Amino acid sequence: MTQLAQPLLSRVADAVYWMARYIERAENVARFLDVNHNLMLDLPGVFSSQWQPIINTTGDRALFAERYGEATQQNAVRFLAFDAEYANSIYSCILAARENARSVRETISSEMWEQINSLYLMITAEARKAAPDSLPEFCHAVRMGCHLFEGITHSTASHNEAWHFISVGRRLERADKTTRILDVKYFILLPSVADVGTPFDDVQWSALLKSVSGFEMYRKKYGRIAPDRIVEFLLLDGEFPRAVRYSIGQADQALHAITGTPHGGFSCASEQRLGRLRSELDFARVEDILQGGLHEFFDALQTKMNTIDECIGNNFFAQRPEGARVWA
Amino acid sequence: MRFSGYRTDSFYDEMFQDDGTPRPHVRLLVDTIENLSDGHLLRYQRAAERLLLQMGITFNVYGDSAGAERIFPFDLVPRILSAGEWAHIERGLVQRIHALNAFIDDIYHDQKILKDAVIPADVVLSAASYRKQCHGLSPPWRVWCHITGTDLVRDRDGCFYVLEDNLRVPSGVSYVIENREVLKRIFPAVFEGLSVRPVNEYPSRLLEMLESLALGEQNPRVVLLTPGIYNSAYFEHSFLAQQMGVQLVEGRDLVVSGGDVFMRTTKGLERVHVIYRRVDDDFMDPDVFRPDSLLGVPGLMAAYRAGRVALANAPGNGVADDKVIYAYVPDMIRYYEGEDPILPNVPTYLCWRDADRQYVLEHLAELVVKSANESGGYGMLVGPHSAQAAREDFAARIRANPRNYIAQPTLALSRAPTIVDDHFEGRHVDLRPYVLCGKEISVLPGGLTRVAMKKGSLVVNSSQGGGSKDTWVLAPGGPS
Repeated sequence: MTQLAQPLLSRVADAVYWMARYIERAENVARFLDVNHNLMLDLPGVFSSQWQPIINTTGDRALFAERYGEATQQNAVRFLAFDAEYANSIYSCILAARENARSVRETISSEMWEQINSLYLMITAEARKAAPDSLPEFCHAVRMGCHLFEGITHSTASHNEAWHFISVGRRLERADKTTRILDVKYFILLPSVADVGTPFDDVQWSALLKSVSGFEMYRKKYGRIAPDRIVEFLLLDGEFPRAVRYSIGQADQALHAITGTPHGGFSCASEQRLGRLRSELDFARVEDILQGGLHEFFDALQTKMNTIDECIGNNFFAQRPEGARVWA
Repeated sequence: MRFSGYRTDSFYDEMFQDDGTPRPHVRLLVDTIENLSDGHLLRYQRAAERLLLQMGITFNVYGDSAGAERIFPFDLVPRILSAGEWAHIERGLVQRIHALNAFIDDIYHDQKILKDAVIPADVVLSAASYRKQCHGLSPPWRVWCHITGTDLVRDRDGCFYVLEDNLRVPSGVSYVIENREVLKRIFPAVFEGLSVRPVNEYPSRLLEMLESLALGEQNPRVVLLTPGIYNSAYFEHSFLAQQMGVQLVEGRDLVVSGGDVFMRTTKGLERVHVIYRRVDDDFMDPDVFRPDSLLGVPGLMAAYRAGRVALANAPGNGVADDKVIYAYVPDMIRYYEGEDPILPNVPTYLCWRDADRQYVLEHLAELVVKSANESGGYGMLVGPHSAQAAREDFAARIRANPRNYIAQPTLALSRAPTIVDDHFEGRHVDLRPYVLCGKEISVLPGGLTRVAMKKGSLVVNSSQGGGSKDTWVLAPGGPS
């Protein structure tokens, strides 16, 4: 008996997409915390409480100010790692990822479920403490837990439609986070033009690269720490897995795998938008981006990615009236 | 850990005879456990609990908001049924399910059993679970109870009695399968030298049975309909869907169009042929049953009536699950099968009968009172363990609505040795075997043994602090 490929429920596609996004988000928040903590240890005393920039990367600066006031290490860690009422804390992300996973437990592999569940057991145990015993160890555990989930997903789930939705979710989230952290470095960390090129600046750029695990790969490719090249590397590299262009390219491939549309064409709004963004990045030059204003570029990029997310929701997840096709 | 200080007291014990010697079919298990070096069994017990938590095998408790998931307590010492005991239970269940199906089909067609006055018509037609919308329906194979989880108990005499039939949406079978997996992973040595009948073929049997309901369909699409992640049995729903490889759907994933049932997928609507529904009748279709239900699918009953989709269990089958109608099952067996019941009922007083009600009201402190339509240990009074106020409350409720109450003598449920702190104590148990009924009837060997973990308690429901044990049926030919 030949079995047709199992169609994917819209609700399930939605849940796995968000499961992947939340895991990726939790991992990135852990990266931000870890690298910032590390950076503080290298800096002279007057600079040693630079937690505000990290809060700013989240885009939830106002909420933090309202709930905590001063950006001390303790407050920042509480907010970003364990605050159950803050939707983008590591804690909330892992809970949300698990709730999504729980609603599709029959679709994902048992191993994937068990890994999300063990992340959940770890974070709930940690959240009961006033602060983690060791922040670096905690961040490392979250990062490794999320990597493990990604690896388990890759090697235990069939690379079918649901898997491609996981891939789209992860890549879009990753591109978004890399953009945010670059944006912060340019506009918050940079105290004045005079600091550019000083050892202090080098430390910060290195920290930025480390926060996306890109320090070593950057060094191999470019050697010297140079802001333009770092921007090029993190935005436009076609090989580094956390670079925006690479992530968008992967998301685009996954989306084509879902729809079956040949590359170079599109069959729905999400494909059209994502494809356009991909080729824009494929043919971009960092010099032009810097000339046009990096911050403006980031703003436009994030708007585009938000639109893509909305289109994916409309094209694949939205409840359709009877008989309507998703390609309408 | 040794069984030396273990006392059966005056109860029927699943492992030990009154003189303290092990029953013949559990002797090997007793030896295996006693031969473990000190501390091993407790280590295994803790490892099993950790494993269940890691695997996220949990259930939800209604009315418990924060941290609403709990693991279902698991006791490492298995409960063993001999091949002979099981053969008797199996025959009794097949007979009973056959009669119950015949009864439901009769009630929704000619009502011969009512016309012949074997059961009073008003008792049946007044049952809250009687669905006049199901009149005249003939589901595939004329089967109405596809999946049943019959509750059996043993009294002091060692005999098995049927306590409840659970025909509607019985749960717990996932724990049967997972308990076995956990025991095999944690304590494999306990199986050595014994031939224990496997339980893991259940999902395949279930899928075959469900597929057989799509008459004439080459590649039927089966789905499992769940009320969603907040349902207490959600783990089981996703587990069974995963093990069968079918889609787990919620009401909002389904839509009726042009008389057929479809699910909403990323690539449009896909036809569904069979629905294993774990949603109660009342919530299944707001067009026909409760209009405020958000869990159901508008138009589902119309599609079902037209034979465009099969539903398991069949809507309306709860009429035979009413606790008052339960009392008449032995009469049904005699009426439809022409045989005496193999598994007896627990003697039952029906409060709508004046004499029975009189007796019940006078003996509340000795009896177990149940309302006709509740399950999960809710709406129940255990007389000997009750307070005066609770008894008065039940007396008032019985007088106000006698049709809704039955009473049974408080049984001395059998006990099984259970790990308590660092030693064994007897705890009361029941047994819920699972019966599948399509073209033929098959019984999963064993079933779920639920344990009342609190000392002296007779309430085994998971929502009331009950736990479970792996349940073994020994293959024929071994010790009996």
